[in-house]
Amino acid sequence: MAKVLMKGNEAIGAAGIKAGCKYFFGYPITPQNELPEFMSKELPKVDGVFVQAESEVAAINMIYGGAGTGERVMTSSSSPGIALKQEGISYIAGAELPCVIVNISRGGPGLGGIQPSQADYFQSTRGGGNGDYRLPVYAPASIQEAVDLVIEAFDVADYYRNPVMVIGDGMIGQMMEPVEFNEPEKKRELPVKDWATTGTEGKRKPNIINSLALDPAELEKHNIKLQAKYDEMEEKEVRYEAYKLEEAEVVLVAYGMTSRIVKNAMDILEKEGIKTGLIRPITLWPFPNKAFNEIPDTAKALLSVEMSMGQMIDDVKIANNGKLPVEFYGRAGGMIPTPEEIVNKVKEILGGGK
Amino acid sequence: MAVVFKKTEGLTDKQFHYCPGCTHGIIHRLVGEVLEELEVVGKAIGVAPVGCSVLAYDYFNCDMHEAAHGRAPAVATGIKRILPDNVVFTYQGDGDLASIGTAEIIHAAHRAEKFTTIFVNNAIYGMTGGQMAPTTLIGQKSTTSQAGRDAATTGMPLRMSEMFATIDGAVFVERVSVHDVAHIRKAKKAIKKAFEVQLEGKGFGIVEVLSTCPTNWGIAPVESLTWLKENMIPYYPLGNFRTPEEGK
Repeated sequence: MAKVLMKGNEAIGAAGIKAGCKYFFGYPITPQNELPEFMSKELPKVDGVFVQAESEVAAINMIYGGAGTGERVMTSSSSPGIALKQEGISYIAGAELPCVIVNISRGGPGLGGIQPSQADYFQSTRGGGNGDYRLPVYAPASIQEAVDLVIEAFDVADYYRNPVMVIGDGMIGQMMEPVEFNEPEKKRELPVKDWATTGTEGKRKPNIINSLALDPAELEKHNIKLQAKYDEMEEKEVRYEAYKLEEAEVVLVAYGMTSRIVKNAMDILEKEGIKTGLIRPITLWPFPNKAFNEIPDTAKALLSVEMSMGQMIDDVKIANNGKLPVEFYGRAGGMIPTPEEIVNKVKEILGGGK
Repeated sequence: MAVVFKKTEGLTDKQFHYCPGCTHGIIHRLVGEVLEELEVVGKAIGVAPVGCSVLAYDYFNCDMHEAAHGRAPAVATGIKRILPDNVVFTYQGDGDLASIGTAEIIHAAHRAEKFTTIFVNNAIYGMTGGQMAPTTLIGQKSTTSQAGRDAATTGMPLRMSEMFATIDGAVFVERVSVHDVAHIRKAKKAIKKAFEVQLEGKGFGIVEVLSTCPTNWGIAPVESLTWLKENMIPYYPLGNFRTPEEGK
């Protein structure tokens, strides 16, 4: 298929439809509005349904009900709206239903701002919902990658019967890039959805979608079963890009749009004879701990660069396991780091420039 | 010998957990009978609430989905929009529907979602141990209004059916009671009508059923029925608030 120029939010919606999602439940919030707008226009054309819910709380619960029917369902929001969806995400995880949730994130806390931010790292990887649950979180760094990851996210959700999140900072939602919609590579044999609530038709026992287990022994058994699934995700679903790690003196860690700015900074440093490398987590959870095994002996420090006050750095420290000093550079509130700022930080780490 | 009375196919064999004298059991049975009589047990998908009827998913003999507190109408919206040919209902109490879930139920009605809601109003939070609900009557004692509900600080009891009667999308709205046999029969008729309205694709239907809570009211089962009649019905008048015109 030929490449088309598309805005991120619209491309993400188109990717959902390409993945066979015909049902979208959403609520307006900047900077993700073009996504529900696109779905409201396009879904009726494929016999699908778009519902503008009365709130993010209602939208995620429509997703909960819709996912129970076994059909592919999708919702999107931005940071404060995702906060409201956390209750539903916990129920969906507990009831083991597949769905895809998109967060086009903005600055916080509270109402915060509407400019791009990565301050939802904790929210997405730790979960604001209650209980022991996890969800795979994909962080694309381009519109093309967003499209590819959204399509794959539906398969991952179906395979594990688990909610999957795709997180892009506001830039991913708002900018335009050329994209193509390729036939997804079939990586997983997807299970039959014999658990779905579609009516018994008198042919089987009722199916019950539920996250309640009043007997603690039964709930613990369920927790152990869920954990086995999360362990499998940690084993099989880790995705990352290791970029120019050979002979790197400083290894930067950055995801999403920040990783592209970091690459620009690396080019500047390279011209000045300073070798740096980049670990770019594509899955924020499961975090690519194993990527840190690839760090060469030349490395003197790690530098986590984020559009936040420092959230992913916690995972970087866990992955690093005390081996190297871990430094941080971040901009927050919708401010975007420049390559020059990152260059200066690297030089500072290496002793005030060479 | 001819069978004159048997368990409805709309319910499972699971024994109810409800307290002695609680009318949830009667209301469950009415819903089950209506599903059976309309021959939709196999097409039905019920949404259970949080509250005393949280375990309703074990009792209705159809596919069931357990929702978060108050969110049943949103869950039902998701199901019905994807499966418009199925019969979808929510079964919710007054804490669930009239307090934490007011936004969800009002907007489901506002969008004219084509599902049916059975709203069980017993004027108190049952499962959590008898706290005040928006529907608790003035002067009624609860664990969070121990001197009796006071209008000055907690407002007047919320009349949900009257509110639904102002929403165009709510095409069938009726308040019924189950305190005696005659009223139980009327309640069943209303529940059946609410499901018929759904089958005809006309819009949202809701039946508010006045119900007893002997345990948390602190009143014996038989006296609870009298208390309902003498205290709840004067404030929550029974009757039909909205019904679709024939042929429309």
